[in-house]
Amino acid sequence: MINNIKKLVKDFSLSELRGGMKITAKELINKKITVQYPEERTPISPRFRGLHALRRYPNGEERCIACKLCEAVCPANAITIESEARDDGTRRTTQYDIDLFKCIFCGFCEEACPVDAIVETQIFDYAFVDSREGSIIDKAHLLEVGDKNEKVINQTKLEDAKYR
Amino acid sequence: MMELWQSFVGLVYELIPWFDGSIAAILIILIKAIALVMPLMLVVAYFTYAERKVIGYMQLRIGPNRVGPKGWLQPIADALKLMTKEIIFPTKANIYLFLLAPILAIAPAIAVWAVIPFDEGIYVANLDISLLYVLAIGSIGVYGIILAGWASNSKYPLLGALRSASLLVSYEIVIGFALVTVVMIAGSVNLNDIVMAQKGSIMHWYWVPLFPMMIIFFISALVETNRAPFDVVEGESEIVGGTHVEYSGMTFAVFFLAEYANMILMAVLAVIMFFGGWHSPFEGVPYMESAFAWVPGIIWLLAKTSFFMFLYLWVRATFPRFRYDQIMRLSWKVFLPWTIAWIFVVALMTQLKIGPWF
Repeated sequence: MINNIKKLVKDFSLSELRGGMKITAKELINKKITVQYPEERTPISPRFRGLHALRRYPNGEERCIACKLCEAVCPANAITIESEARDDGTRRTTQYDIDLFKCIFCGFCEEACPVDAIVETQIFDYAFVDSREGSIIDKAHLLEVGDKNEKVINQTKLEDAKYR
Repeated sequence: MMELWQSFVGLVYELIPWFDGSIAAILIILIKAIALVMPLMLVVAYFTYAERKVIGYMQLRIGPNRVGPKGWLQPIADALKLMTKEIIFPTKANIYLFLLAPILAIAPAIAVWAVIPFDEGIYVANLDISLLYVLAIGSIGVYGIILAGWASNSKYPLLGALRSASLLVSYEIVIGFALVTVVMIAGSVNLNDIVMAQKGSIMHWYWVPLFPMMIIFFISALVETNRAPFDVVEGESEIVGGTHVEYSGMTFAVFFLAEYANMILMAVLAVIMFFGGWHSPFEGVPYMESAFAWVPGIIWLLAKTSFFMFLYLWVRATFPRFRYDQIMRLSWKVFLPWTIAWIFVVALMTQLKIGPWF
């Protein structure tokens, strides 16, 4: 009986509704947590696996020796490699394509590479707008990404090295 | 201000004397209508902006801030987008009814504003039955929604229209009874007279004796205008978008305008009925009354109205949607008995002359 009356008073005084509205009113003046993306970015882990890049040695020679381990380990068959012997007798790739539609960004290629040639960078906001062919990035593009971001790649790999 | 308007009216009659001044009279009415509708549409546009901002803030976001400084041009961008979009007609839909529906929705929503008094003597029309006019014309708006549901030739809009019709029927009664108590105290159905009857102080306003009625009126207004937490007519998680599913571009925008115009109307009505219309809240308070005497009444009316409009957003940001049968229960088993009981309470209070209101 007394409980019923209590419930009646509680119901008709709209106490729970008022409680809910108090919370939203409090949040109205609280500090906002929005990160305004193009200007502000959330921090990214050094282990983040984003767009691929092919690296070079400090003397400008490309690292990749066309061992095709990445091609073999790739679970999505996203990598296509053709190789040939160069004039100086070393084996180099003539074609190194990654299909970004197929790629699942697992990072196995990076793990498999014996010379740390193929890496995954922290770049995630790339976009291809043209047809399906636009999703396939070739060797020149990969090397360009590597050249542009060599400093950052070096830094993140160093940071991550002690946990491997 | 009033003298200026009177002299302007006289000038118009003098310049256009044909047909015994009937053309001049039509022109004056047109000017009045434009002076009312244009600001109303602007307020609707910026009310959507305020809605997105306030709800964003309550969810710890910052809302639109890209178009113009702080996103002030966002409603304009939205309007441009909706105007340039294609209007898609569903297959085998009745195109005439399909296009008539948004017109039927917005025409009453705007027509109702004709009798709203904004200040002493500032109104488009002063009807002696203005409250009845508001209720009558206001409920015509539901035909627009029902017709939209029927003419769309699609199942979700039809379901939305059914829900809308039954909700409107239930809550029209509740709103009617809640406003009857106001009429009983004020002794008039003229909105001007109702506001004038609340003259005195903040304690003379009708929210004091009619506090439960005010709550019931506001909640019913939420249902009438299909606002969260009672937006089962749209119910995007249940019936996609209700009656709006098949509408795109400008036809959708017209529905949108009608809905928001109705929301603002309900807010103004709440202020006129329960919060003393254009009367200053400092009336009867020594010193404060004279300090705020320079503020025109329309400012007070708009300030109180914006509080109720904010309440709409606040409620929407807070509560989850009601289930359909729960809304029905609320209407028939809670609100209706309460309003009827309160009518008798008010009748007793009026007879015994309790308080300063009667």
